Amino acid sequence: MNRIDRLFQSGKKDILSVYFTAGYPNLDDTVRIIKSLSDHGVDMIEIGVPFSDPMADGPVIQASGQKALNSGMTQKKLFSQLENIRQVTDIPLIMMSYINTAMQFGFESYCKRCAEVGVDGLIIPDLPSEIYLSDYKGFVEANSLDYIQLITPETSDDRIRAIDDMSKGFIYMVSSAATTGAQQSFNEAKQQYFKHIESMKLKNPTLVGFGVSNKETFRAAADHSRGCIIGSAFIKLLGTCKTIDEAVETLIKNVK
Amino acid sequence: MSQYTIDKNGYYGEFGGAFIPEILRKNVVELKDNYLKIIENEEFQKTFRQLLKDYVGRPTPLYFASRLSQKYGANIFLKREDLCHTGAHKLNNALGQILLAKKLGKTRIVAETGAGQHGVATATVCALMNMECVVYMGETDVKRQFLNVQRMRMLGAKVVPVMSGNRTLKDGTNEAIRDWCCNPKNTHYIIGSVVGPDPYPDMVARFQSVISEEIKAQLEAQTGRNYPDHLLACIGGGSNAAGTFYHYVDDERVKFYAAEAAGLGLENPEKSAATIHLGKKGVLHGSLSMVMMTEDGQIVEPYSISAGLDYPGVGPMHAHFAKTGRTNVLAVTDDEAMQAALELTKLEGIIPAIESAHALAMLPKLKFQKDENVVVTVSGRGDKDMNTYVNYFKIEE
Repeated sequence: MNRIDRLFQSGKKDILSVYFTAGYPNLDDTVRIIKSLSDHGVDMIEIGVPFSDPMADGPVIQASGQKALNSGMTQKKLFSQLENIRQVTDIPLIMMSYINTAMQFGFESYCKRCAEVGVDGLIIPDLPSEIYLSDYKGFVEANSLDYIQLITPETSDDRIRAIDDMSKGFIYMVSSAATTGAQQSFNEAKQQYFKHIESMKLKNPTLVGFGVSNKETFRAAADHSRGCIIGSAFIKLLGTCKTIDEAVETLIKNVK
Repeated sequence: MSQYTIDKNGYYGEFGGAFIPEILRKNVVELKDNYLKIIENEEFQKTFRQLLKDYVGRPTPLYFASRLSQKYGANIFLKREDLCHTGAHKLNNALGQILLAKKLGKTRIVAETGAGQHGVATATVCALMNMECVVYMGETDVKRQFLNVQRMRMLGAKVVPVMSGNRTLKDGTNEAIRDWCCNPKNTHYIIGSVVGPDPYPDMVARFQSVISEEIKAQLEAQTGRNYPDHLLACIGGGSNAAGTFYHYVDDERVKFYAAEAAGLGLENPEKSAATIHLGKKGVLHGSLSMVMMTEDGQIVEPYSISAGLDYPGVGPMHAHFAKTGRTNVLAVTDDEAMQAALELTKLEGIIPAIESAHALAMLPKLKFQKDENVVVTVSGRGDKDMNTYVNYFKIEE
């Protein structure tokens, strides 16, 4: 059983998974950020690989990626930073990258390196499940990685069932038709959508991401799922707080 | 099925596909399931054809350029897309797509634009069809192409300057895609070239295919033979080339030549936009094609004197045609294009767009037999480029 499965099978509720952009705010912050999140009781971490053209991301994550790239972050560098991460923490780690950077690294080598450094799962937001199944699944499974897929308010029930059938780990539920970024509240329609997915009783647990930034959005989402993924709100704090620890503490205080 | 047409999964050979976020899937699948049905519908065709004729001004002439022919020792014909309403072939596609968007029940249009030609075409058809129009344009391009920004605004479009990345065409495209992600229900994204996720490349090619349809009939009338020996066009994303080649793809008697913008030259890759020469296989804006990028897979900002050709990707069909040898892709530098523009102006009294001048610049690089027929597509007119021409040639009184 990998670390992601262990987390969900522990029965824990209100899971908090946090995304950060590798190389932001400083090129060498990667391990420090992971350690701080882990030490402060965050449940899971998504490591974002910066990309020049992140079409599913809002302005906050875009800007963090651009800064990371300007500082010299690359996929290779990220793997070398993560080389000893499993001596630092046992927290579940997910690598999130767009397909092009993984493809240029060589997809098979990418999966292999992820497994070697101790990454547990992958998210590739611009790789649809059809193409994943036909061309990529073999490499992911050969390296015992979970492939985490997204569902959105535009995803039909039939397709959600199909994604559920082929998923391992958990399902990433996108809160709304949006790019990543903070929202102040989730309106009635969004809460209906959360309830609807809850009522589908999928075999995989779900986490809600996109727009979770405060107690109100966290509760609205976590009441109908196993918890939330927070990205932009944390990136913002990393940009404004004096230390990484302060950013992590503020984040947790703001949402829980 | 032809090896040059799109397969059922949306690939031209190894290039194409639909690499899109899940939020866009419903829209893209809806488009894929319906676009052929809609386009091939008789009533749709009737409306589209009528507007192409009365509104766009088609058929555009196929002009026998006698002085150019004399110079290059072959019969050179120019397909005059520069005479389309709004000044370029872009309107063919924008018109087709907005009619399709209406059939799909969409009420809002988004588009990207670089030089502004596609933005103007989209703003034009939105005015015509009374649809809300938002055009994303990199802030750098907004400054460089301000006349087109003013045209779009006068036509009623909202022009949003994009501040991310290098603030040019690819960033405008990212932002248009993001807008579409946020408004998937009511919005249709009118992509301006044969790029983007399947079915866009094929759909845009079909809307532009009127170019080669007309070439066929016009050549028949003028030469007694409905095919040329050589077809020449420029490629950025590749929509005018796609339209120029479309009805001849399986006719191997016709040789295809495409001009990529080499900027300052291939030996200067940082100052070039020759994607097929310098790029690698990768994913940009939803399709797998040739892409200009770093070793790490970060997309780079290309350079060309022509604002319409400096795109770091290329339509998947062109990547496939190049790979299979169907198209001979030539790299044309800024200087070669500018000289070709001046030559056309002096010999034929036609000031072409700098993009189109890249196609003309292939003439001195190719060898023709005396009686061969050559068609060059002049995709747009040079009005928008007058500042660049004046500065480059130091034209004074």
